Amino acid sequence: MKVSLFITCLVDQLCPNVGLATVKVLEKAGCEVAFDSRQTCCGQPAFNTGYRDEARQFAKRFIAIFEESDAAAIVSPSGSCVAMVKHFPDLFSDDENWRKRADAIAGKTHELSSFLVNVLQTVELGAALDSKLTFHDACHGLRDLGIRSEPRQLLENVEQAEFIELKNADACCGFGGTFSVKYPEISTAILEQKVSAIEESGADFVVSCDASCLMQISGMLERRGSTVKTKHLAEILAEDRTTR
Amino acid sequence: MKPLSTETFDQNAIAALQDKQLNGALRNLANTIGEKRRIALGSVENWEELRETARSVKEETLKNLDRYLSDFADNAVKAGAHVHWAQDAAEANDIVLKLVKERGATEVVKAKSMVTEEIHLNSALEKEGVEPIETDLGEWIIQLAKETPSHIVVPAIHKTKQQIADLFVEKVGIEPTDDVDVLTKTARDILRSRFAAASIGISGANFAVAETGTILLLENEGNIRLTTSLPKTHIAVVGIEKVIPKLSDLDVFLKLLPRSGTGQKLTTYQSLITGTKRGEFAEGPEELHIVLLDNGRSGMLAHPVTRQSLACIRCGACLNVCPVYQQVGGHAYGSVYPGPIGAVITPQLQGIEKSKQLPFASSLCGACREVCPVKIDIPELLLHLRVKITAESEHPKRLEKLAFKIQSRVWSSEKLYQFGNKIARIFQRFSAFAPPIRAWKKSREVPVIAPKSFREMWNDKVVKKRDQD
Repeated sequence: MKVSLFITCLVDQLCPNVGLATVKVLEKAGCEVAFDSRQTCCGQPAFNTGYRDEARQFAKRFIAIFEESDAAAIVSPSGSCVAMVKHFPDLFSDDENWRKRADAIAGKTHELSSFLVNVLQTVELGAALDSKLTFHDACHGLRDLGIRSEPRQLLENVEQAEFIELKNADACCGFGGTFSVKYPEISTAILEQKVSAIEESGADFVVSCDASCLMQISGMLERRGSTVKTKHLAEILAEDRTTR
Repeated sequence: MKPLSTETFDQNAIAALQDKQLNGALRNLANTIGEKRRIALGSVENWEELRETARSVKEETLKNLDRYLSDFADNAVKAGAHVHWAQDAAEANDIVLKLVKERGATEVVKAKSMVTEEIHLNSALEKEGVEPIETDLGEWIIQLAKETPSHIVVPAIHKTKQQIADLFVEKVGIEPTDDVDVLTKTARDILRSRFAAASIGISGANFAVAETGTILLLENEGNIRLTTSLPKTHIAVVGIEKVIPKLSDLDVFLKLLPRSGTGQKLTTYQSLITGTKRGEFAEGPEELHIVLLDNGRSGMLAHPVTRQSLACIRCGACLNVCPVYQQVGGHAYGSVYPGPIGAVITPQLQGIEKSKQLPFASSLCGACREVCPVKIDIPELLLHLRVKITAESEHPKRLEKLAFKIQSRVWSSEKLYQFGNKIARIFQRFSAFAPPIRAWKKSREVPVIAPKSFREMWNDKVVKKRDQD
């Protein structure tokens, strides 16, 4: 299946390795991966902060670019950015033409773990990692997209890895986009609970499906000098059985 | 304690985060009620179906609110009640005060009611020399402490057992104790005598049934039963959104509300009140006055997004799961209604100019929407209000507005986006001066912009592949 990669601006600029891992995982799953380098941002920060006009501009640009692709699906390593694309039709409630176009794009956009498990119907990617893994549910993937079991199924199929369920795994990490800098003290207090649970889990890696949560979590793990590291799900699944 | 202002939410929150006793009390809340709720949900099989039904009943009611309200009023009058209409808080307080004064009362017993908190009835009564006596244990505690409720259902949740014990020693002169039974008995003994003496009882209502003119009140302590049946006169202040069409609709709401609010299958008492007592030997008050209050509610009806705010049945479940509420508690919001539902109804009730911080006081995690028994999409409402605030209000963040404008321009060109990326890469070591980065790095390491972006790596890969071919 040909898929078009929606890499997200955060992965593009801050953690390009997650992007490379996503490409590798999709190729391992038998996909042909295309990347249109004209893409920038989905408009989520503007949308969530109340700037609808700006968000609409980003949405139109995104839709126009991805419409040109002949790929069967648009896949992204971020639940919150996919959730944003799913919000696109709401931005055009007064514009029939754009709403239809937004619907079409939203309909073929998938978060990575959900795409692997629900569309490609695969949980076995030949990944192996001799480590203890725990998982943090990113809020938008979990509650906007309904993704709960998919990443866990994928992680449980990683050879040599031990999966540990995180206490309050579905509790927010406190990031929330601009919330994290508008209310840094509250964001930090929420994050402290999350990071403590992660450290108590005994895992080597905390895994998630959203680079933004991982940025928030690793920010504090590093500050605390913790031995626990963050990894995007794609990075775990990209660990080859043969190359270890 | 002086109530905090919604306008200083950020500062209130910082102070709350430093309050260790509050942190402990809030941790208890999440662990106990949250867990009880989860267990109680297990006792119904069709939870999702119940939520759907409840929401559709509310939608139907709100779309025809004028008709259902007039049906309710007609039927309540037929049953012997008096119905009053109040446009706003001042009108409602005037109506209640007039009734109290006409009856020559100098004190009233009160059932726990958020709507009377909303209109600040107690201070209106006190100003006119009438003593309001809160009879719900939690409400009585905060009245003794001269505070306001910090939770819709559990008003004194911010207080630890020790703080309550100390308060009782100071205010009612008991011997120091940490025995909860002694504290409860002390409150009961004091309140019983107040009940016996009171000629007027004031309550709110959980539901108002249009079909029969009945009001329903749920509780666990029995104080509402006493407040509404012992005194000669019962005054119920009821928000206009409390109306539901039929008595049989209660079936679904009685399954949802106690489970969501306190994690109970059913509250200990459910008082269904239809009119006044009939016959000389029957129980109940001789007079029932129902004050139907708008106070900004009808303004929410106009738009389908804001209309859902009126579906709220005040269970408080969204507060209990909210990561922000769990950290800062209710007082920080500076509003009568705190937490996620408070953050959406407060700006609509008191205007966005005074409460423009509240809709931003959320990570948009969606836990509130997940637990809401009437499926209110609180994140959608928060976003709706954020749009209003950035567009309409005197938004102080001009820089933010400009930043988003610039981002939308610059990032609509791949070249400019890449150029910006490169500039940021070079200058990121000086980024510590930027306010958002400064806010971030107090507690977290700042992420580093990668030396090579994904698109650069991708291009390298494409070029390499082409060379190989």
